[in-house]
Formats: sequence, C-alpha cells, structure tokens
Amino acid sequence: MDIPRPNQVGTGEPGFEVVARQDFSDTTFLLEIEHPLMANAARPGQFVIVIPDEHGERIPLTIADFDRDQGTVTLVIQAVGKTSKEMQRVCQTGSALFSVTGPMGVPSHITDAKKVICVGGGLGVAPVFPQARAHKENGAYVIGIVGFRSKDLVFWDDKFEKYCDEFIVCTDDGSRGIKGLVTKGIEAAAEKHADIDELIAIGPPIMMKACAETTRTLGIKTMVSLNPIMVDGTGMCGGCRVKVGGSIKFACVDGPDFDGHAVDFDDLMNRLQRFKEDEKVALERWTESCRRLDQSPLEPLPPDKASPRAGA
Amino acid sequence: MPIQDAMERVGNFDEVTYGYSVEDTLRECERCLYCPEPACIASCPVAIDIPGFIEKISAKDYRGAYDVISETNLLPAICGRVCPQEDQCEGVCPVGDPLKPVAIGRLERWVGDLAIAENWVNVPYIEPNGFKIGIVGSGPAGIACAAEMAKAGCDVTIYEALHLPGGVLRYGIPDFRLPNSVVDQEIENLKKLGVKIECNVLIGRLFTIQQMVDEFGYDAIFIGTGAGYPKFMGIEGESLNGVVSANELLTRCNLMHAGEFPAYDTPLHLGKRVAIIGAGNTAMDAMRVALRQGAEKVYCVYRRTKAESPARAEEIDHAEEEGVDFQWLTAPVEILDDGDGNVRAMRCIRMELGEPDDSGRRRPVPIEDSDYEFETDMVVYAIGTNANPIIGQTSKIKLNEWGYVEVDDNLATSMAGVYAGGDIVTGAATVILAMGLGRRAAHNMKAYLGIRDTNIVYAGHPTETDETLFGIAANERNFHRVRLAKDITSSTEEEIHA
Ligand SMILES: Cc1cc2nc3c(=O)[nH]c(=O)nc-3n(C[C@H](O)[C@H](O)[C@H](O)COP(=O)(O)OP(=O)(O)OC[C@H]3O[C@@H](n4cnc5c(N)ncnc54)[C@H](O)[C@@H]3O)c2cc1C
Ligand SMILES: Cc1cc2nc3c(=O)[nH]c(=O)nc-3n(C[C@H](O)[C@H](O)[C@H](O)COP(=O)(O)OP(=O)(O)OC[C@H]3O[C@@H](n4cnc5c(N)ncnc54)[C@H](O)[C@@H]3O)c2cc1C
Ligand code: SF4
Ligand code: FES
Repeated sequence: MDIPRPNQVGTGEPGFEVVARQDFSDTTFLLEIEHPLMANAARPGQFVIVIPDEHGERIPLTIADFDRDQGTVTLVIQAVGKTSKEMQRVCQTGSALFSVTGPMGVPSHITDAKKVICVGGGLGVAPVFPQARAHKENGAYVIGIVGFRSKDLVFWDDKFEKYCDEFIVCTDDGSRGIKGLVTKGIEAAAEKHADIDELIAIGPPIMMKACAETTRTLGIKTMVSLNPIMVDGTGMCGGCRVKVGGSIKFACVDGPDFDGHAVDFDDLMNRLQRFKEDEKVALERWTESCRRLDQSPLEPLPPDKASPRAGA
Repeated sequence: MPIQDAMERVGNFDEVTYGYSVEDTLRECERCLYCPEPACIASCPVAIDIPGFIEKISAKDYRGAYDVISETNLLPAICGRVCPQEDQCEGVCPVGDPLKPVAIGRLERWVGDLAIAENWVNVPYIEPNGFKIGIVGSGPAGIACAAEMAKAGCDVTIYEALHLPGGVLRYGIPDFRLPNSVVDQEIENLKKLGVKIECNVLIGRLFTIQQMVDEFGYDAIFIGTGAGYPKFMGIEGESLNGVVSANELLTRCNLMHAGEFPAYDTPLHLGKRVAIIGAGNTAMDAMRVALRQGAEKVYCVYRRTKAESPARAEEIDHAEEEGVDFQWLTAPVEILDDGDGNVRAMRCIRMELGEPDDSGRRRPVPIEDSDYEFETDMVVYAIGTNANPIIGQTSKIKLNEWGYVEVDDNLATSMAGVYAGGDIVTGAATVILAMGLGRRAAHNMKAYLGIRDTNIVYAGHPTETDETLFGIAANERNFHRVRLAKDITSSTEEEIHA
C-alpha cells in the first residue's frame, strides 16, 4: 500500500488545506482540515499542533472530531489572543495552514464505565464531544453537561443530544437551561444518579478545578484534560510540565489527560500567565496592523512583518 | 584562528569563529607529521583519513580532500564546527605536545565550507534496488543512515516530527556556532541522493512503526529520535514562571525565532539576570544565547569544576570571554519566588570534590553551611535529558531500564528489520557518535536486506579517492561514477582566492 502523503512544508505545496469553516459566535469557530492519515489515526483526547503561517507560533488545539471517510479532522477554536484571532480572520475555506502535526498525546482511556458524565465548559465543549461519543459507542449511559455564558453561544447541542442519554445546558445568565456553573449541573446529575462511575471535564483550568472539587466530595473518579502552554508537543522542551500527584509530568507526552483529583490546578493557572505581557504586546500590535489594513487595504504591513528578518 | 571580538559578538548571532583563509589552511597543513600509524584516525569515531585529506590540501587538490573526508563523513562543515576535537583526533595528535595539535577540526570545516561554496556533491549513479527504507527522526543519526541507504540504491524517506529537519542541529545548536544555512545545505545534499524528507510527521502517533512494516511496506526502519525529555532536579520552586529547560529556550530561539518577537509570534520572555544550571554544550549554548538576546548578567551554576565540564573547551573559553559568571563547585538548593509566581532568586550551596565516582570524575560533596542566595529572574536547566517516551508508548520495541531503545551489537532492536542509533540508544552523546551509529546501523541493515555492502571498499583503499565516491568504488556492480559537467572542472586556486 502506498502511503497517502500529508501535505508538506517546503515542497511548494500549499500546506494543510482548510476544507470547511463554520462560525458559532463572534469568538468561536470551527475548521475542518484535510489530513486523511490523521483522520485515520486520531482518537478521543488527542490534539494537534498548528503553525498558521511561516512566522507563526506552535499552538496546541484538541481534535474535536474526525471523519475517516472524508479524511478530515475538526478543530474548534476560541479567539482569545493574537494567533487564534488571526486564524479567525484568515483561515477561510480553501486557505491553508503552514503546519499541522499530530495526533499528539496519549488517547483518552475509554473505560468500561457504565455511567459517565462528560462536562465541557467554554472552549472545552468541543474537545469533550469525541469522549462522550466513544463512551456511548462503548455502551455507557452518558450524561452531557455543557456550560456557556449565554444561550447565543451554545453550539453542537444537536451533536451532544444525539449521543447523550441526558443533556444538560448551564448558562451564566440563565438564558438557557440551568442558571449557573457546570458544577450545578454536576450536582443535579449526581443527585439523580447515585451510580456514576466516572466524570470527564474539559475546559478552562478554573472550571476543571471546580469540577474536581465537586466530585472529590461526591467520590466520583474524575479525568481532566490539561492545557498548559506548549512548544514542540513531542516531549522535547518541558514547557508543558504540570504537577500531578506531587510529581512533574509533561502534558504533551504523558497526558494531556490526568486524574483531576491529583492535579495541582493553581500551579497550572500560574504557568498559563507566563507570557501575559508578551501576549498583550503581540495582540495590540496585530490589532493595529489590522486596523491599518482595513483602512487602506493596499498599504503593506509594517516592514518587520513583511520581511521578518530585516534588521535582525 | 580569527574570531569575532567578544564584546561585539554578544550583540549578534553571527558565527564566532571565522573560517581559515587559504594561507592559514596551507600553513596549518604543513604542521602535520603524516604519522605512520596516525593516532588521529584511530580516535575519530568515523575514522576519517585525516593525514590523507591534509595531504590533498597541501597538494592543493581541494576537491580530492573533500572526497577523502566524504568517504566517511557526510557532514564535514558541521562536524568541523561541533565535534569535541580535543577529546578525539586533536587530543592524541603528537604535535600537540609540546605545541598546539594540528587544528584538524578547522581544516575539516574549511574543506566542508569550500564544498558548500563550490557546490561539490558526490552523487554516485544510483541504481534503485527496490527496497523501501523508513527513517524516524532527521537528526545526525537519521541523516547518516539515510545517506548510506540511499547510496546503496534504496528508496529512503525520513520522517520528522518538527516542521523543519535537522534535529538538534536545527533546534539546539545556535547560529553563531552552526549557521542554519550550513544545515540547510547539508540537507540539500541529502535530497540530491534521492532521500525524501517528510516533516510534520510524529511517528508512533500519525502511524506506528508496526504499520510502517505491515501496511506501508517498509523493508527496514531506522529509529533516530534523539534523547529529548529534559531533566529537572525536583527542588523547590521549579515550576515558577521563569524556570525553563535549555531545550525550551533554544527551541524558542533557534527553531521559532523568538529573538525576533513580535515579528515572529513565539515569545521568549528572557530574564535580566539568567542563571543556567549545568556546564555541558547545551548549557554553554543557552548562556550565550541569553547574552545575545540581551540578558544583563548570565551565571553558570555547576557542581564540579571547569576541568570536569563536558562541554567543548572552545565553547567554555568563548562563554568566559563573553562575560558569563561561572560559579564552579556550586549546586542549586532552591528557587525562590517573588510572591507573584515568578522567579526572584536562587539559593545555592558550595561544593568540594571528594572521591572519584563511576564516571571517574571526582564526586562533588556539599560544604556544610555554605549556602547563599543570589538574585536572578530566570533559571535554565541544562542538566541532561531522559529518553523520549513516544516510541515506547506506541510500539512493542524493547527498551532498557532507563527507557532507551535496546539494541544488540548490530544495532538491531527487538523488532525484526528495525534498527536504532544516536541519542535514543546511547543517551545524550555527540553529533559524530550519532552519525557513526547511523552509518553502522545502515551497514547492518544492508546485510539484513542482503544488499552488498560497500563499506569494505573505503576501509581498504582509503586514498584511492579517484576510484571511489562516497566510498563506492567506480567498478562496483550497480554503481557508476557520474559527475555533472559543472563538477568536472575542479576549482583552481585563483577561484578559491577570489
Ligand atoms: C492540549 C491543548 C488543547 C487545546 N485545545 C484547544 C481547543 O480545542 N480550542 C481552543 O480554542 N484552544 C485550545 N487550547 C488552547 C490554545 O492553545 C490557546 O488558546 C492558544 O494557544 C492561544 O493562543 P493565542 O496567541 O491566540 O493567545 P495568547 O495571546 O497566546 O493567549 C491568550 C490567553 O490564552 C491563554 N493561553 C495561552 N496559551 C494557552 C494554552 N496553550 N492553553 C490555554 N490557554 C492558553 C493565556 O494564558 C492568555 O490568557 C488547547 C491547549 C492545549 C495545551
Ligand atoms: C544544545 C545542544 C548543543 C550540543 N552541542 C554539541 C556539540 O557542540 N558537539 C556535539 O558533538 N554534540 C553536541 N550536542 C549533542 C548532539 O547534538 C546530539 O548528540 C545529536 O544531535 C544526537 O543526534 P540524533 O540524531 O540521535 O538525535 P537528534 O539530533 O535529537 O534528532 C532527533 C530528531 O528526531 C525527531 N523525532 C523525535 N521523535 C520523533 C518521532 N516520534 N517521529 C518523528 N520524528 C521524531 C526529533 O524531532 C529530532 O528532530 C548538543 C546537543 C544540544 C541539545
Ligand atoms: S596525529 Fe596529528 S601529526 Fe599525526 S597524522 Fe594525525 S594530524 Fe598529522
Ligand atoms: S510541549 Fe515541549 S515537552 Fe511538551
């Protein structure tokens, strides 16, 4: 059998093609990338590292879905800073990403649990979906809980409803479902079911921490997917190290899934602040260049962006 | 040897050591004694015919000198720059006592650079033999193995997890020591041999080694995934912001151009006072990168003395000249925070040397009550690496107790047809050793596949370079020496002066 070649950097080929895009809200969008080999290899819980363009940084994004027949993988991205906002602006259908590598990380261990809660908060809603589906296909009773700020931001409720036996939406403003955080949803579900074997939570660290605290008192096994800042994603730099049960783990090769009751979330949250100042500089500079570009589209970008090596 | 002034060079990433001029080179060659039993060859991991190529240079047959070197070493421009010559060829050269040894590394580099400038490549006529070879990792081990297999007529593909090939040569060793252009050129030469390079492919995860054999039809596979997985010490304060591994610092700078942030998107967030723990090549590189990126003060914290440091002597000297503050016989005890999750200072303890340990080096022991604190806002760990776990996680290949790939004397792993070499077998070592193992594995892979190995030819007639190219004899079955018309005219001396 001949290997289907992933698109390559430096061969003059366009890179990794975006074959579909969907916008869920002002900040959240979905990209479908053509990569048959990856669609074939991807398992729930794994992620990719994307470099949007030649001057770009390497950012990790969870594989939110994969279609083996179409040969595509799906990423759902929240525009929070320079790189993700730039992707929101430029990654249209037909465009190409400079580099997409993966699937990375140890796939989630889909246990034989009979009753499972899958919790997604904000940008964690998409990545928890493949796990919910896998558990359903494994014959488990699946309770899906998702949290959003308000009802306008809700997406993929149809997908969850298809694979969940029960589906709970929580919104901060109460515009849909339960008013409050996902932990309220967890408590409600736990009250109804005394026999929950496992809970999987993906979302911002503060939300995963709250979920782990809630289940600790309820005595439910809890897995979380950690999202520290990464560089290579191959275990080579140690930038992604997290504290789990008192020892150091590299989230990219030892995780990203860990026992939520053993994770030091405060440490993770502190480490996510590492580049706060630089992120601000990058975002402001980019916003300014967009503003200029929008005003006079023909004016070139600031010189160092156009030829990044100049003056270096 | 001309070098860039220390004060000037800390402000740029240009190479520190300029190459020799033709005059320097010829003068240096005159110092060789052409020993009847050259110690230098014996202590070169790939046994380059050193007096052989020096003789060619002296005879002004520069192309001939390149042919001699490229029989055994594919990457002279790289090895001339990064090999620890003082522990190898130059360390045993009798001229070295009482004078300075013949500057073999510099001569090698000169020939390598000339080959790049003149676009010399020894591409033999290669008759495809139908075997498909997969190489995992594009570091020096993978490159060397790929070249050997391609020359034997195999269809070779290198898979690399990062977006650019070269391994440590690319992401680790900085430009002022090994310019990226040199790495690019050597990779180009590899492609001229017909080797295909596929980046962005994480083997084990995108597809496994088993799949390469079962589904993709690879006849033999070489694993050269390097050491990776940096070590930390487990002391208090290690997860504070500002504590990084040298690999992270170097990867951000060399691979991702963090020094050019924000024109490039990867940030670095360098401290003003940077403390680097360790004193190997990696540590030296991290220190000197930190200086060039604008750190005001750079400390080196090492628990032994300069004499025990594993770095190339030249790199330590250069780091000293550039103003690194070396705290020899010192070990870190704790990293202190600023109350906001960042590094504020480090507490260290003084050491003294006790009895020799397993490695033969005297073991450092702490001096009681000698601990002290100093201010720093960035701490960089360069104390070695553990084995990368991905191949172990995704295959049944047997690992040793430290997690490195276990191989037999032929560098064969526990999986039939799968060989391994380089840092993933030996633990962190050197470029030339990794290349040596890559070649040795290739030699055994050829035997495994039943391909006639041509190694014997160059070992037997090291100076008959006109008859061999890349070590392959012109009269060898399957191989025919073809030089492109452009290459036939060997450069005259004038051209080189120009
Ligand atoms: C394993 C893994 C999976 C991820 N999956 C997704 C996903 O499916 N969808 C998605 O939108 N995002 C995901 N992230 C987070 C995503 O990588 C970051 O949002 C992205 O790197 C931000 O880049 P930026 O330049 O746009 O923002 P920046 O300006 O760099 O950062 C903006 C904010 O995001 C935070 N941030 C920076 N880097 C990360 C990071 N690596 N993880 C979390 N927060 C970060 C910063 O603390 C800062 O507050 C994942 C992260 C990891 C490690
Ligand atoms: C900063 C630094 C400075 C050094 N300086 C010197 C020096 O001056 N002189 C000297 O002789 N030695 C030096 N060394 C050591 C030398 O670089 C290494 O011993 C040598 O590069 C090892 O070669 P390798 O081919 O085994 O692995 P590497 O060079 O590490 O290459 C391995 C490659 O495999 C890739 N890879 C890993 N896993 C996978 C996978 N699953 N799928 C696909 N690809 C994968 C990696 O991304 C990497 O590109 C230095 C090392 C460092 C880190
Ligand atoms: S040991 Fe020194 S003098 Fe002897 S052949 Fe080698 S380089 Fe020349
Ligand atoms: S991202 Fe570099 S080790 Fe995990």
